[in-house]
Amino acid sequence: MAIKKENFSRRDFIKNSSMFAGGVVLVSLLNPLKVVYATKKPKGKGKWYGIAIDIEKCIGCANCARSCKAENGVPNEPFFFRNWVEQYTITNDDEVKVSSPNGGIDGFTQPVSDDEIYKTFFVPKMCNHCAISPCTQVCPVGASFESPEGIALVDKSYCIGCGYCVQACPYGCRYIDPAQGVADKCTLCYHRLEKDLDPACMMACPTGARIYGDLNDKTSELYLFIKENNCAVLKPQLNTKSKLYYKDLSQEVH
Amino acid sequence: MNKYESLYEALANLDGYIYPNEIALNWDLLIVMYPYITGLVAGAFILASLNRVFAIKALRPTYEISLLTALSFMLVATMPLITHLGQPWRFYEMLVTPHLTSAMAIFGFVYLWYLMVVLLLEIWFDYRYDMVIWSKQKKGFMSFVYKVLTLWVLDTSPQSRRTDEKIGYFITVVGIPSAFLLHGYVGFIFGSIKANPWWSTVMMPVIFLFSAMVSGIALVMFIYMVVTYLRKQKIDMNTVDTISKYLFYILIIDFSLESLDQIHRIYEADESFDILKILVHGKLFFTFFIMQIGVGVIIPLLTMGTMMIKKPREKIRKILYLIISICVLVGIFYMRWNVVIGGQLFSKSFYGFTSYKVDMISGSGFWLSLLWFIIPFFILAFLLWLLPPWKKKESIH
Ligand code: SF4
Ligand code: SF4
Repeated sequence: MAIKKENFSRRDFIKNSSMFAGGVVLVSLLNPLKVVYATKKPKGKGKWYGIAIDIEKCIGCANCARSCKAENGVPNEPFFFRNWVEQYTITNDDEVKVSSPNGGIDGFTQPVSDDEIYKTFFVPKMCNHCAISPCTQVCPVGASFESPEGIALVDKSYCIGCGYCVQACPYGCRYIDPAQGVADKCTLCYHRLEKDLDPACMMACPTGARIYGDLNDKTSELYLFIKENNCAVLKPQLNTKSKLYYKDLSQEVH
Repeated sequence: MNKYESLYEALANLDGYIYPNEIALNWDLLIVMYPYITGLVAGAFILASLNRVFAIKALRPTYEISLLTALSFMLVATMPLITHLGQPWRFYEMLVTPHLTSAMAIFGFVYLWYLMVVLLLEIWFDYRYDMVIWSKQKKGFMSFVYKVLTLWVLDTSPQSRRTDEKIGYFITVVGIPSAFLLHGYVGFIFGSIKANPWWSTVMMPVIFLFSAMVSGIALVMFIYMVVTYLRKQKIDMNTVDTISKYLFYILIIDFSLESLDQIHRIYEADESFDILKILVHGKLFFTFFIMQIGVGVIIPLLTMGTMMIKKPREKIRKILYLIISICVLVGIFYMRWNVVIGGQLFSKSFYGFTSYKVDMISGSGFWLSLLWFIIPFFILAFLLWLLPPWKKKESIH
């Protein structure tokens, strides 16, 4: 299965420009008020991927982060991650402490003593595969795009490495690959999905805290999980229509 | 030296929590230079237009200098952006296959429109007649060069001069909104990023525009004085007094707009407020309060204000104007710095900060930035030699 990417040819450009003005008006008229979650793909019958994380089940082992680096050739330095784990500790004095030593790969310690902890938990982070992704919107050449399955991808042979998408992602999910000078990010292991294999992080999680699947399929584990649990997305106010759902997400998590 | 050394240093000095991908600042000094230089272009051009459209006599000696300054900086305006790309050789993709929802892609077209349609044409119509004359006066190669520059439109009749004048005027009128667009657009590149509360404000294009005018006017004032001094001519005090008056008023507008933006933030105090407050009082204290506001606004405003009430002697005025223009130029540079760098120092998680140091030794950013700032002055020197405003025949407007 090849990625059907909308490539921007010169002809499209002319066509698009003329349709642009009309399009803006139309979209603003036709887009009704929707829930903050993008549980449904707007159109089409194919797969529409989403991810859910059961925060309670995450033990902070960061196997997901480790396996992601190995699978996707992410640089080893602690400045480049497609996938990382954060530890949140809220003290009795309402102080929020967050840490993620080397994305969690170096293991977590808890500097706050037990009787001062109000609550503590781990939050794995990765690309939210936003349905209205700001990163795609700003890319000057269209190298960042959404696959028909709702996965935000980068065409590295086309990316000019301007870093605009890195600035536009509200969740810090992108980085510029130092070796290639182009943007890189989680692809939900697109290369594995193509072969009907699970993404590396999903395979690596020992507790089953991570679920992914087809939001269009009403019988999928993911769909039922979101339906049966109280799930929330990160920064809903930014209206990115994130498709990464967290079960029982604490408000402190940004 | 390890290329990650500065990053490890930043990592060791993190304040609070920051998403791991945010430790590295993606947009460095070069991206500070980009709006800075574009702003100088827009500002210098707007000064020229003021002079022409409103026929402000006192500004006449700076008309051509403003235009040529705008052109010199315009020619390198995209270079900081391009040299900053991870894949610089792919930059043309932005023009041949632009992505229409991207502010950065559209900038390429705004830029080309401004450079090709407005700036070059205006200069050409302004100089065409003189270039015809010069092509006749000069011999050999230079005669040929001027002839090429006239594009072989060699008519010198009064009729043709009037046409030049009319079209030139029309272009200036079109040019003003274009200059507004050019720099407003640069503001929009930042202002439209909803992920970043320090950038995301509708005021951004307007603030960028006015700060552009301020910096452009200061630059022209500086260049006019230095060039006139180097030519051993007398500086027209009426001219610099008038420029300084404009600078004064526009600086007030600019400062009011920026204050409005800040007051609005402080009063609304939304979820990002706490982190931005710490940012401004901590990591940005020096660049924001001291450089941008102190050096860039307070000192120039106070000095110019006092000079309006009590005019000092010419000699002192000259020195003060020179100092003011430098202060303003420095202040606006730090304004760009505070926007671009400041916007990346805090984490979008709102839980902490990274740090940034200009890497003068191993990083290419610093030297390239310096280069892109210096080259325009050489271009300007060349243009002033090729198209000396002081050798123009008095135009008919
Ligand atoms: S999380 Fe960031 S990188 Fe992923 S789709 Fe959303 S904006 Fe893009
Ligand atoms: S870095 Fe690449 S993918 Fe990101 S906005 Fe720039 S060109 Fe697009």
